[in-house]
Amino acid sequence: MSQDTLTFLDVNAAAGELNQLFTLDVTRAIVQCDSCDKIAPLAESYLYAMEPGMVVRCNGCQRVLMRIVTNAANVWADLRGLRYLQLTKREPEL
Amino acid sequence: MGRLNWLVASVATLREETPQARTLVLDVPDWPGHVAGQHVDVRLTAADGYSTARSYSIANAADGKRVELTVVRIPEGEVSPYLTEEIGVRDLVEIRGPIGGWFVWQPVQTESVQLIAGGSGLVPLMAMIRTRVAVRHRAPFRLLYSVRDPESVLYAAELQDIVAQVPVTYAYTRRVPNGSMERPHRVDAATLASATWPAASAPTCYVCGPTAFVEVAADLLRSAGHEPARIRTERFGPSGGSP
Amino acid sequence: MSIVSRGFLGRRRPADQKLPPGQYLTTDFPVLSAGPTPRIPLDKWEFVIATETGASHRWDWKAFAALPSEQINVDLHCVTRWSKLGTAWEGVSLDTLLEGVETTAGFALATSYGDYTSNLPLPDLRDGKAWIAFRYDGKELAPEHGGPARLLVPHLYLWKSAKWIHSITLRAQDKPGFWESLGYHNYGDPWREQRYWGD
Repeated sequence: MSQDTLTFLDVNAAAGELNQLFTLDVTRAIVQCDSCDKIAPLAESYLYAMEPGMVVRCNGCQRVLMRIVTNAANVWADLRGLRYLQLTKREPEL
Repeated sequence: MGRLNWLVASVATLREETPQARTLVLDVPDWPGHVAGQHVDVRLTAADGYSTARSYSIANAADGKRVELTVVRIPEGEVSPYLTEEIGVRDLVEIRGPIGGWFVWQPVQTESVQLIAGGSGLVPLMAMIRTRVAVRHRAPFRLLYSVRDPESVLYAAELQDIVAQVPVTYAYTRRVPNGSMERPHRVDAATLASATWPAASAPTCYVCGPTAFVEVAADLLRSAGHEPARIRTERFGPSGGSP
Repeated sequence: MSIVSRGFLGRRRPADQKLPPGQYLTTDFPVLSAGPTPRIPLDKWEFVIATETGASHRWDWKAFAALPSEQINVDLHCVTRWSKLGTAWEGVSLDTLLEGVETTAGFALATSYGDYTSNLPLPDLRDGKAWIAFRYDGKELAPEHGGPARLLVPHLYLWKSAKWIHSITLRAQDKPGFWESLGYHNYGDPWREQRYWGD
């Protein structure tokens, strides 16, 4: 991973926005990359935020897992890069 | 979890941490509680309706309706100068949260914990430390804190007070304290070897800070033998904070 | 309904600056990207124009560097709301590159090294409106800003100016690019604030 690719964050940073799409906590999701088959916590994927768009990439092969665009009126989501998204119903105890 | 809504928060007190950093102690009447490591989105709205939002890690252990955020001022930033210089007691902001279920530490965990902070990345880790102290937890905790110089150290007095419970190693990158025999340096394999739990003790590692720092530190942990599944990371972006 | 944060102003543009609606002036040059920075060694670099009939025109770095280039000074407007005025670039005009390319296509799809694409009407690449730029501010274009070369189409939002440009495919039918297929406006005129579908 080249040192100057400083533009990426992790999915945590987008969790507030992604929460608009998912009622279950997306930061605890597990995903499988449809390109390289890697199974990993979504939270460890790379987030490239180009607000109003964001791209989440597999931290193995760097292919796109999902793209999300948000404005005041709409959220657009393309999840084709995921073979699956697994969300847990169990909440952290507050 | 349901949809998170924006909640009104008012500033109860302000605490200057360093010349560049300030803690906002917020009262949030509808706060559901939080877990150490979680963050909030903060939304500011100007009188003409313009609004913008930033993410901040929660700095305090769960404490009823109280949420503490430590904000570092980014010069030329849009939000951090307002929060560190302009906002006053009784002023209002909106917050949405708590957010995050991955980069969290909870007292049900019994394994040892290695915390690695780069600059303002200490904030969510401090919530973990404060939680551990508050419940008198027994899990071995260590903190490796990479920081520019002694004046930039967040929560310096508090970390000093609890050092028997949470040993801290400071890695100064620009300037060391007067009288120190060390030279400024960035965290490297030797730092890890002397200042962190060994991989054999299978700690859960939490690494937080600017993206480049987190990449280096996580790589070093993996090279030292830590299982990737036991390394949790949170990246703050190139400037290490929310501008 | 939002509350108001007393004294919060946000970024404000000076009243005398001519900026498109919703933009603020910046003096730095933010780096935003949809993916990791590709590294393209110059001996492997190429720029290709492919036409709707399947013909292709290709330049390697040596051939590209031999083309006449222009020094230009343009304003940049990013959909993330920053604008940077008076930026200095050197690039080869698309008019130069399209000379000798036979086409009746109405549309173009710019493709980057990596997986980024942006679409434009072909007329928006002609008549002095677009360049393949390889120098910025007197220096070689840095990788994080799209080097070795990027598309530069300053009259549209900057997401159209594909970094790390690899090819431009001329098409009879429009094909929305990376962001245009997911909510960003298909054309993207900053002066009409065309950020999203429906704007």
